[in-house]
Amino acid sequence: MGLTLSEKVWNQHVVVREEGAPDLLYIDLHLVHEVTSPQAFGGLRDNGRTVRRPDLTVATEDHNIPTVDIDKPIADPVSRAQIEALTANTAEFGITLHPLGDIEQGIVHVVGPQLGLTQPGMTVVCGDSHTSTHGAFGALAFGIGTSEVEHVLATQTLPLKPFKTLAVNVEGHLPEGVTAKDLILAITTKIGTGGGQGYVIEYRGQAIRDLSMEGRMTICNMSIEAGARAGMIGPDDVTFDYLEGRTYAPKDEHWFEAVKHWRTLATDDDAVFDAEVSIDASVLTPFVTWGTNPGQGVPLGGSVPVPADIDDPRARAAAEKAIAYMGLTAGMPMRDVTVDTVFVGSCTNGRIEDLRVVADVLRGRTVASTVRMLIVPGSARVRLEAEAEGLDEVFIAAGAEWRHAGCSMCLAMNPDKLTPGERSASTSNRNFEGRQGPGGRTHLVSPQVAAATAVTGHLAAPSDLVAL
Amino acid sequence: MESFTVHTGTVLPLRHSNVDTDQIIPAENLKRISRHGFENALFSAWRKNPDFEMNQPQFQGATILVAGHDFGTGSSREHACWALQDYGFKVVLSSRFADIFRGNSGKVGLLTAVVPETFVEQLWNAVEADPTLPVTVDLVAQTVVAGDLSSEFEVDAHVRGRLLEGLDDIGLTLRHVDAITAFEATRPTYLPRVGVQG
Repeated sequence: MGLTLSEKVWNQHVVVREEGAPDLLYIDLHLVHEVTSPQAFGGLRDNGRTVRRPDLTVATEDHNIPTVDIDKPIADPVSRAQIEALTANTAEFGITLHPLGDIEQGIVHVVGPQLGLTQPGMTVVCGDSHTSTHGAFGALAFGIGTSEVEHVLATQTLPLKPFKTLAVNVEGHLPEGVTAKDLILAITTKIGTGGGQGYVIEYRGQAIRDLSMEGRMTICNMSIEAGARAGMIGPDDVTFDYLEGRTYAPKDEHWFEAVKHWRTLATDDDAVFDAEVSIDASVLTPFVTWGTNPGQGVPLGGSVPVPADIDDPRARAAAEKAIAYMGLTAGMPMRDVTVDTVFVGSCTNGRIEDLRVVADVLRGRTVASTVRMLIVPGSARVRLEAEAEGLDEVFIAAGAEWRHAGCSMCLAMNPDKLTPGERSASTSNRNFEGRQGPGGRTHLVSPQVAAATAVTGHLAAPSDLVAL
Repeated sequence: MESFTVHTGTVLPLRHSNVDTDQIIPAENLKRISRHGFENALFSAWRKNPDFEMNQPQFQGATILVAGHDFGTGSSREHACWALQDYGFKVVLSSRFADIFRGNSGKVGLLTAVVPETFVEQLWNAVEADPTLPVTVDLVAQTVVAGDLSSEFEVDAHVRGRLLEGLDDIGLTLRHVDAITAFEATRPTYLPRVGVQG
C-alpha cells in the first residue's frame, strides 16, 4: 500500500522508533516569537541546557507589538519587558532575531515562507497553533506548547505519536468572487471545530491545485480551527515557482536535487486515508461566521440560524449562547448585520495578494462613515511591496488606517482592540468570545467581503457594490 | 514534574462545550514572562459574570474541572494549563480535548482524562446536587469514582507512564543524543540554515 504525503514526511524524520513509545521526530525549522518562548528559555537556563541548533531556529516579534509609532519605545511596560526578554534570550542562545524595524520582521507565518525557509517535505514547528500555515508547501507543520518549544530548543526533536490522516477533497473550480477563505470557512463549518482532532488534513482536488501559494496558505492556516494540528497540500509547480530565488531556497545544483526530491512527496495513488471528506467547490459562495467559533458559519446570502431548528442539543445550546453573545437575532439575514470595525490582516489574510484585492474594491470608493478600517500587513516586506504598488494610497484615500506589520487585532494583545460590544468583520481566523478585545464581536470574512463591508457598513460582497 | 498517581478532590462543573483557550486565559494575560502566577487570569473574562460557576461559593476549592465536549480548542498557549494548575486544578475531565491543549497538559503534569459524555452529564448532576461529593481519579487503575458513579477513562499510555513517574521529557530524549547526531549527518545539504543563504 502506498503512503500519503504526511506519512512520507513523517517517516523521513523519525530519529528513534521504539515499541510502546512515541516516535522521536527531527525538526527542520523552529520559528520563535515573544509570547510562547520566554518560559522555554527560562527552562533551558534553569537546567543548564543550550540550544542545539540555533541555525535551524529563527525568531521575530509579532504578537505583542504596536502597529503605530514603531520607532518609539513600547508604551505598555509588561509588553515591553516581553520584547526585551526575546532580545536578551536570542542574544544569549545565539538565535537570529528579526525585531521590530528589521526588514524581515513580521508575523512568523508570513516571514518563514517569504524568506524561503519553509520548503516541501520539512518539519516545521512554532509555539503558535497557526503553524499549520506552512503545510501549504507540503511541509509537516504544527503548533506546539511552551514545554515543547523548550524541548525543540534543547534537542531539535519532539516525541510524537503519528497523526491520523484525513483527506479533504475539493473538486470543481471555485466560482468567480469566491476565495480560499470562503472555502476554508465552509470546510470548517462542515467538519466542525473538533472534527479534525487527531488528524493531519491533506487538502486535495482541482480547486486546491487552482490556488496560488498565498491562497493555499490561507487554507492550511485554518486547519487548526477544525481541530487538526496540521494541514498539508502536495507540492507542485506552483510551490516550486513560488520558492525559486527566495533567500533560503536551494540554489544551482541543490535546487534541482531538492525539486527532484520534492516531486516524490505527493500522496501515492494507492495510499489510503483514515478518513475522507468531499466538498464541491463549484457551488460555494462567499462565507461568513455568525457565532463564536469558526465552525459557526453560513453563506453571506444566508441567515443567523434558528436554534429551535437545530436537532443536536449540544449544537443548539452552543448556538443560543453564541447568538446572545454576538447580539444577533435568530433568523436575521447576514447582510443586515452592521459592523463598527473592519480588520484586514493576520497570518490568514495579511499577505500581498490579500491587500491587492482589498485595494481593488476600495479604489475610487470610501469607507462608510460609521466604520473604522484597519489594514495591517503581515510583514514589513508586505508593507513595502504594497507601498511600491501604491496600495497604501488607495487605502488612505478610502479612509482606512494603514499600519505596520504584526498580529494586531487578530488576537488583541497589543493596543489594537475592539471595545465591549463593538462588532467587526475580520479577515483573521478566530471569532471566539473576546478574541479581538474583551466583549468584542467578530465575524470572520474574506478580504473581498471585508473591503465591501467597509464600504457599505454591513456584511457585503463586492458584487453588492454599485459599479464604478 | 511532580508525579501523579491518585487524586481525590471536589469538582467544578463547567457546563460549556467548545471552551477555547482564549476563554481559559484571554490573550491580555499572556504578556508575563514568568512560569507561575496565572491563577487570576484563569477564565478572567467569564469570572466577571457573578453567575459563572467559578464564582459560586459551593464550588470553591475544587481541584477537578469537569467540562463539556471539545475542551481547550484554539491557540497553543500553554499558559492555559499553567493557569488551571496555578488556580489549583489537578485534573480536567471531558469527553474530548483539543490536541495541543492535551499535549501541553501531559507535559506539565495536568491530567486530562477522557470519559464518556453521558458520564460527564451524570457527574455534573451529582456535584450540582452535592458540591462536597469527593471524586477520586486513579491514574493507576484509570478510573474516576464519585459516590455511586464510576467510569474508566482514556489517557495516552506514554503520557500515563510519564505522569506516574514524574519524568522530564527532555531528559528522556537526551538519552538518544547519539541517534540525533547520527540523523543530522544524513540530512540533505540543501535544507535551509538560518543565516546561511541557500
